[in-house]
Amino acid sequence: MTKTAFYNNPRFRSAFYQLLVLAAVIWFGIEFAINARANLEAQNVRFGFRFLNDPASFGISQTLISYSEQDTYTRVFLVGLLNTLLVSVIGIIFATILGFFIGLARLSPNWLLARLAGGYVELIRNLPLLFQILFWYVAVLLAMPSPRQSLGVGLQPLFLAAADGFAYLQYFGMPESIAQWWRGLAEWIGPPAVYINNRGLIMPRAIFGEGSGIVVAAFALAIFAIIGLRSWARRRQDATGKLFPVLWTSLVLLIGLPVLAALAVGAPVSFEAPELRGFNFVGGTRVIPEFTALLVALTTYTAAFIAEVVRAGVLAVPKGQTEAAMALGLRRNTTLRLVVIPQAMRVIIPPLTNQYLNLTKNSTLAVAIGYPDLVAVFAGTTLNQTHQAIEIIAITMAVYLAISLITSMAMNLYNARIRLSERV
Amino acid sequence: MTSATFVRQQLIAPSNPPASSVGTPAWLRQKLFGSALNAAATVISALILAALIWPTVRFMFIDAVWDGSSRVDCLEETVKRPVGACWPFIAAKFAQFMYGFYPADQVWRVNLTYVVGLVLLVPLLIPRAPWKTLNAVLFFGVFPVAAFYLLVGGRFGLPHVETRQWGGLLVTLVITFAGIIGSVPLGILLALGRRSSLPLLRWFCVVFIEFWRGVPLITVLFFATYMLPFFLPESWKLDPLARVLIGVILFAGAYMSEVIRGGLQAIPRGQFEAARALGLGYWKMMAFVVLPQALKIVIPGMVNSFIALFKDTTLVLIVAIFDLLGQLRAAFADPNWATPVTVLTGFAFAGVIYFIISFVISRYALYVERRLSTGVAH
Repeated sequence: MTKTAFYNNPRFRSAFYQLLVLAAVIWFGIEFAINARANLEAQNVRFGFRFLNDPASFGISQTLISYSEQDTYTRVFLVGLLNTLLVSVIGIIFATILGFFIGLARLSPNWLLARLAGGYVELIRNLPLLFQILFWYVAVLLAMPSPRQSLGVGLQPLFLAAADGFAYLQYFGMPESIAQWWRGLAEWIGPPAVYINNRGLIMPRAIFGEGSGIVVAAFALAIFAIIGLRSWARRRQDATGKLFPVLWTSLVLLIGLPVLAALAVGAPVSFEAPELRGFNFVGGTRVIPEFTALLVALTTYTAAFIAEVVRAGVLAVPKGQTEAAMALGLRRNTTLRLVVIPQAMRVIIPPLTNQYLNLTKNSTLAVAIGYPDLVAVFAGTTLNQTHQAIEIIAITMAVYLAISLITSMAMNLYNARIRLSERV
Repeated sequence: MTSATFVRQQLIAPSNPPASSVGTPAWLRQKLFGSALNAAATVISALILAALIWPTVRFMFIDAVWDGSSRVDCLEETVKRPVGACWPFIAAKFAQFMYGFYPADQVWRVNLTYVVGLVLLVPLLIPRAPWKTLNAVLFFGVFPVAAFYLLVGGRFGLPHVETRQWGGLLVTLVITFAGIIGSVPLGILLALGRRSSLPLLRWFCVVFIEFWRGVPLITVLFFATYMLPFFLPESWKLDPLARVLIGVILFAGAYMSEVIRGGLQAIPRGQFEAARALGLGYWKMMAFVVLPQALKIVIPGMVNSFIALFKDTTLVLIVAIFDLLGQLRAAFADPNWATPVTVLTGFAFAGVIYFIISFVISRYALYVERRLSTGVAH
């Protein structure tokens, strides 16, 4: 038997190739570092994070925490990060609701509704997101009328539109009194509280007076009570088989407790409705159009993908499960709630989280329309002012990387919890 | 003898099903007006559909202005009726939308590239067309080089055209195509590395893939545009378009590798063992046994990644490269065409182009998927 040459020995080969990879990585690292040092010197940029303490001296159009132009770049970073999180969280909530609705509509027995939902998904998914963001911003929101001709959003404009519709039907023999009735209803309901114009979305502002802390505390108490109620109801059902209307009780608690608390301390929270005076609105709060455009685009875009996820999840539940539930005498909605949805959720949750992550990452497109998110204010304006490209882009990438990793870790934990516990 | 007993000698012809369960009326009842809720859903859907389609048709065709030479022709005061799309605006800007500022007398080079690309691509997509290997080598190997020299020029008597002058759909397609050509080999290597038995190599690939997948494309483009030049020797003056291409390829390659890894995982162990038993080494086993099967399985997934890549090319406008959407945005700023309908016209035009391209690709992916799923019997 001949002895194999040492270079044919698998263990030697393995070690050799790995050393080669290691050497290549180290060589690239060193090369990059040398180049970076030379380039930074040539451009007179000093590497380091000291610039974070310099005053930013530029304004930001939307800040969740107090910010002035004298604040440091660190503050800019925080403002941008909060703006990113704000649009992501609200977008995730809306996209989930819309996405579930459209996904279920695609499965509807109603032919037209299913086709309509399918058309929505097809249209939205085949257009680039940036195209849609620019469309909503440039073609819709900036094309809105000036503040004086603001569009109202609420019941009054809806009723007026209905009145106009019935007035039109009058030529086909519809009595005129119906249109008049709608008009009267519109008059009675009063002017809307929300307006859209080319400067943004004008909404009522909540003013927290003395004792509003109690209302917030009542809200928190309601949430804790609901959590307790749920586990109690589940235990009772396991023991006795009796169902408890958890959903309705929860809703009553969630709304009732804060309202009661507010009444008890004398209505400390009031709403200030916007009012048109001269050329602009007085009072209320203004949501910048960049935020609205980004939110609408992210919501509608992600909802199309969530709809597909939901559809796939529901279709993944075998028909036999529904039939078995029906055979056991469960009603249609109970079948859905207790048999189909829990099983579909197992399939839905992982890709759904992926979509949430995508939405958060896609919120970086804000920079194209000037919404002050992390990329726009930090990797954009701050980078242009300080030229600290390496540090700033590294920080920005690290933030998104951290968000991604934390989400996928949370996902893995959740997956482990809801995993099918099979027979041993 | 007569008997009252009646015995039927022939079978009765089957009677028709009740009118309420067949034909259009039954379909309408089942699918549209089965219950009050169902009927309400139908009415609301129909209203939404009408509210979307009718204004769109009016805007695009009925109220549209078809010829003219300046903004004046698209104003309501001139036309004396509600104005829809201002198509003369598109006609005037068409060259910009298609080629950017590519010199007009050299545009034939772009068109020639398109024609050659299409002639090579179409037979590649038709499963029955012959000479697949030769075709693939020509399209993925020879065509990119030829297209590079044809578009950039500076050789073979063609005048040099700087990439700064490129724009519009040309840039969109160049980035998409280069992204595909670059990301597939990178994806294959990363996927193989991630499944390698060498721990160091595997970990390097995992970190590399997860890093690029964890960050948004914009930060990758910022990285490629602002940070990468610092890391390269000063003498390397990378073209802005080339920098963006590097970023796009790294990003798309990471996603591609995960798609391909899915295919690799679907190949049964027996295939690897059989290849080993035949005495094939690692690379021969991968190239002749595993990858041909794995790649075939993931064609639909890869095509979906290509669509995502195509849509993502729009992001380059943020780093000042004028793709179709970037040119569109620039055209909106032209005061010669400033009318109330210019913006909507532009979005309608670009939207139709983006939609058609990604819709056609996605339908092709679906077609391949169906074809493959019938071909593989389990």
